[in-house]
Amino acid sequence: MSTTDQHHAAAETGQDKTPLPPAEPKPTADENTPWIIGFFFVAGLVGSLIFGWIIFPELLYSKKQQPISFNHAVHMDLVYDGCASCHYFRDDGSFSGLPDNSSCIDCHQVAMGVSEDEEKYVTEYVDQNREVPWLSHPRQPDCVFFSHAAHVKGAGMDCAECHGDVSKRTESRVYQENRLSGYSRDIWGYSISRLGKPAEGEPKTMKMNDCARCHQAETGHKGACFQCHK
Amino acid sequence: MTQTNATKYGMVIDLDKCTGCGACMVACYSENNVPFKKDESNKLDSINWIRVFKISNRKPYPDTEVCYLPMPCMHCGGIGDHGHSPCVSVCPATATDYDHSTGIVSQIYTRCFGCRYCMAACPYHARKFNWWDPVWPGDMEKYLSPNVSARMRGVVEKCSFCFHRYQLAKDRAYHEGRHQEPLGENEYQPACVESCPAGAMTFGDLNNPKHAVYTLKKNPHAFRLLERLQTNPKVYYISSREWVRRAGDNYLSHEETGSIKRAAANHH
Ligand code: HEC
Ligand code: HEC
Ligand code: HEC
Ligand code: HEC
Ligand code: HEC
Repeated sequence: MSTTDQHHAAAETGQDKTPLPPAEPKPTADENTPWIIGFFFVAGLVGSLIFGWIIFPELLYSKKQQPISFNHAVHMDLVYDGCASCHYFRDDGSFSGLPDNSSCIDCHQVAMGVSEDEEKYVTEYVDQNREVPWLSHPRQPDCVFFSHAAHVKGAGMDCAECHGDVSKRTESRVYQENRLSGYSRDIWGYSISRLGKPAEGEPKTMKMNDCARCHQAETGHKGACFQCHK
Repeated sequence: MTQTNATKYGMVIDLDKCTGCGACMVACYSENNVPFKKDESNKLDSINWIRVFKISNRKPYPDTEVCYLPMPCMHCGGIGDHGHSPCVSVCPATATDYDHSTGIVSQIYTRCFGCRYCMAACPYHARKFNWWDPVWPGDMEKYLSPNVSARMRGVVEKCSFCFHRYQLAKDRAYHEGRHQEPLGENEYQPACVESCPAGAMTFGDLNNPKHAVYTLKKNPHAFRLLERLQTNPKVYYISSREWVRRAGDNYLSHEETGSIKRAAANHH
């Protein structure tokens, strides 16, 4: 329908130089109609693109700060055992994940520096014997089983391959939570189109497809559902 | 990737030893976050991954005998163990699938959209539907196991042979650098098997001669349920009583006990 309309429009404005078909009765609609339709179409398209690519992601994710900002870079020079001082494997092969106070109180019985975050950490958590309710950026949905032992011990992968270069971070990242699913934005990634790769040092996206792509490349198969689900 | 000597986890249940105490059911409920209802006698609404049935030889006193029959998911492999299980072959969403590396039939609750086709296809009633969101009394929600994801209204659930215990055992094997070798028999045992006070249940790799189930399944009194359907289940039963073995399949009156099992064995 619309193509014939456009053809008529072109014919009437005289832009079409090809021989005209026998004259038809003049359309009753106003001559400007196609331009108005075109204008609203383009305006609508641009509007929805702006909404879909810029406003919607802003609305979709709520932003939260960690209870206290943690400085990885400062600590990497202080601890003896690298990342494993705070993120270690237990004897049964499970991964300790985010640290509790037991990884910190050897040093933080009293505030050593002048930093507000340290002050807050000591007075509000250590002194009151409370754990810090850290928000977990990489945390997967409840139905997912992930094994650090398989990747770090089995495949010998470096933490940075998935999490980016954490050791250089001087403050905690802002935590973004999907308002609909409640999942961390790290899983989907920061590019809403999921095109391109995360910048150097940034965490990799961790959708099911991302896991499967690497498994296909490294182990020759994507794996059975129960490998990664529970 | 069907391998003939791949690990194939299965169970052998000695019905002569089962006392029907129900400890396996209780252990399963708490291990797998299975929701229970106020009125568990309403069987249309109750959910269980393993259920103990009571069967009888239907003879008048004094010849009456009963037998208790614990029924988890049978993790059928289908003819030739190609994973053509009744439920897997009908699922329109791939929410249930056959894992060729373990022989376990998986159920991914987030993928399931509740059409219940698999329930109709399963000849063992192993699958249950969540008509409601689970309600946990008091603060019990805090005591749920983080190793098994909780289910929601509108999805089907079933026994997984406590697959999360396999995942955890693999984690340990990776940590100790022996993930290339098969897991030891005691490293991976489902909760029901561990809880059985009578020692009636045995679990392991049916293809591994070092595991007890490998020998037990060859017992002349061993049988599987409804073998005529060629579902190729991985749960074997043993009973010295002939009427029990007959009750395990749909024998016609002229058929000799064990004939169905022999016919099925020729197929596989
Ligand atoms: C002194 C203890 C400590 C050490 C050492 C440490 N971390 Fe952390 N790590 C933490 C704390 C506390 C958090 C939670 C606060 C946060 O998210 O910033 C955290 C969070 C994380 C997170 C999740 C947050 C995110 O942004 O993705 C990752 C991944 C991580 N650490 C990796 C590492 C790696 C890799 C190393 C070694 C290079 C390391 N950590 C060394 C204490 C430590
Ligand atoms: C090896 C000793 C050691 C350990 C273990 C340790 N810290 Fe620290 N931490 C320090 C030192 C030293 C500073 C630097 C103080 C300064 O100069 O401001 C510091 C600084 C901090 C700061 C302020 C950082 C800033 O500059 O913004 C925070 C917050 C903090 N630590 C939290 C933690 C937490 C939480 C843990 C446990 C996960 C932990 N620390 C473990 C020694 C340690
Ligand atoms: C193959 C990719 C990969 C590698 C390699 C990896 N991680 Fe992770 N990490 C993940 C995923 C995926 C999660 C989310 C796990 C979950 O939710 O169960 C995670 C979660 C975490 C968390 C948060 C745990 C929590 O309690 O929420 C920390 C901290 C962490 N990883 C640190 C590390 C450290 C340190 C290393 C290196 C020794 C490492 N990771 C190596 C993928 C990886
Ligand atoms: C960058 C590559 C890579 C990514 C990304 C990755 N994996 Fe893996 N994964 C591997 C490799 C390689 C192995 C095999 C380790 C071995 O057996 O040596 C593996 C093994 C595993 C295993 C153990 C399998 C077994 O047989 O026990 C699980 C579970 C797993 N991955 C889950 C995940 C999940 C979930 C994700 C996504 C959140 C993920 N992986 C992302 C490379 C990756
Ligand atoms: C290599 C690991 C891996 C395998 C194999 C895998 N999944 Fe996933 N799956 C994941 C991860 C990680 C997520 C969470 C991130 C996401 O939403 O993509 C996920 C998410 C899902 C979700 C969405 C859940 C939610 O709450 O958002 C469904 C449904 C699902 N998987 C079904 C399946 C089915 C069915 C299979 C087998 C055919 C399967 N998965 C195999 C890793 C895996």
